[in-house]
Amino acid sequence: MEVQDTKSTLQVTPRNEEKIKKIWKTAGFLLAITLAEFVMAFTMDRGILLYSLFIILTIWKAKYIMMTFMHLGDEAKPLFYAIIVPLIFLVWLVITLIKEGSDIFMMRW
Amino acid sequence: MSAHSTAIEVSSKRGVWGGGNEPLKASYGKLMMWFFLLSDIFTFAAFLITYLAIRVSYPAYAGAAETFTGSNEYWPVPELVFEALPFLHGVHAPLIFVGIMTFILIASSVTMVLAVEAGHRNDRNDVVKWMLWTLLGGITFLSCQAWEWSHFIHGTDNGSLLTFVNGLGQNVTETVFGANLMVNEYGPASFAQLFFFITGFHGFHVTIGVFLLFLCFYQAAVGIYDKRGHYEMVEKIGLYWHFVDLVWVFVFTLFYLI
Repeated sequence: MEVQDTKSTLQVTPRNEEKIKKIWKTAGFLLAITLAEFVMAFTMDRGILLYSLFIILTIWKAKYIMMTFMHLGDEAKPLFYAIIVPLIFLVWLVITLIKEGSDIFMMRW
Repeated sequence: MSAHSTAIEVSSKRGVWGGGNEPLKASYGKLMMWFFLLSDIFTFAAFLITYLAIRVSYPAYAGAAETFTGSNEYWPVPELVFEALPFLHGVHAPLIFVGIMTFILIASSVTMVLAVEAGHRNDRNDVVKWMLWTLLGGITFLSCQAWEWSHFIHGTDNGSLLTFVNGLGQNVTETVFGANLMVNEYGPASFAQLFFFITGFHGFHVTIGVFLLFLCFYQAAVGIYDKRGHYEMVEKIGLYWHFVDLVWVFVFTLFYLI
């Protein structure tokens, strides 16, 4: 039997420090946003303003993860839109179900 | 043009969608991973939007933080429910533990991108190194979640006095400790039900992710990807792992902050 050859036949390219720096920078952003949310949870009054800020910051984080970590921004435009456009339907779902939930609230209390 | 020609005649005017090329410039595997993730986004969105809908159908706890007691009449304040730390019994540390969990998952997502980046460079040593860190992060996150669940199920020292319909259909008033799918000491029954289902479904995804990460780590280490000539599998599993992180970002906001 032949011993498995574990030597690489592929050409290894040297590290692109700039790309790696960008990854760490994005990671720093994500942590900073999470920390900001953390501080806000304890210093601000609960209410519509705080909740809206939380949701905006969350979507902002999601954008960083999808664009930089998942490289969706670097994909071909048709693929990018095939993923992003269907998510618009979720906006409708959020609005309808929150309305439904608050109507149930009015009937119960 | 010969009648025996087997080659397909290609018009030079054929457009991007005319066939014979890759309009989306991505491999089959990567495309399918993206469309799977899109469908998974809808599944998680359905869960989380259900959470929102049920959340707004209950009044929220509005009293002082010091006098908070759980009740099935109103929705609890998350920082007063998730406030325990392992090994530090009785210490009030609101959201600290879940903050650490979030940090671990984001960090493992970062090491994953670094592994993908190393894969683009065909650098086996770097891929193996970063995959190992990612794997470690995934396992640590799962262990933290196991503790979080265990604490949530066992509850606090004092519990809460609740009036509820028990498993035999009787209306009872008694002190409840911890949580199950019928009743819990923190809030309405649906609070614990949604907690178990959503964090459980996410944890299930993380578990599958850890298996995939191990597979990828192993295959990279023994040189399968070198033989194959490319490291695309690292990229595909990376997409899945980032998705798990993405979902956690939303779970964190909805469950622990709002």
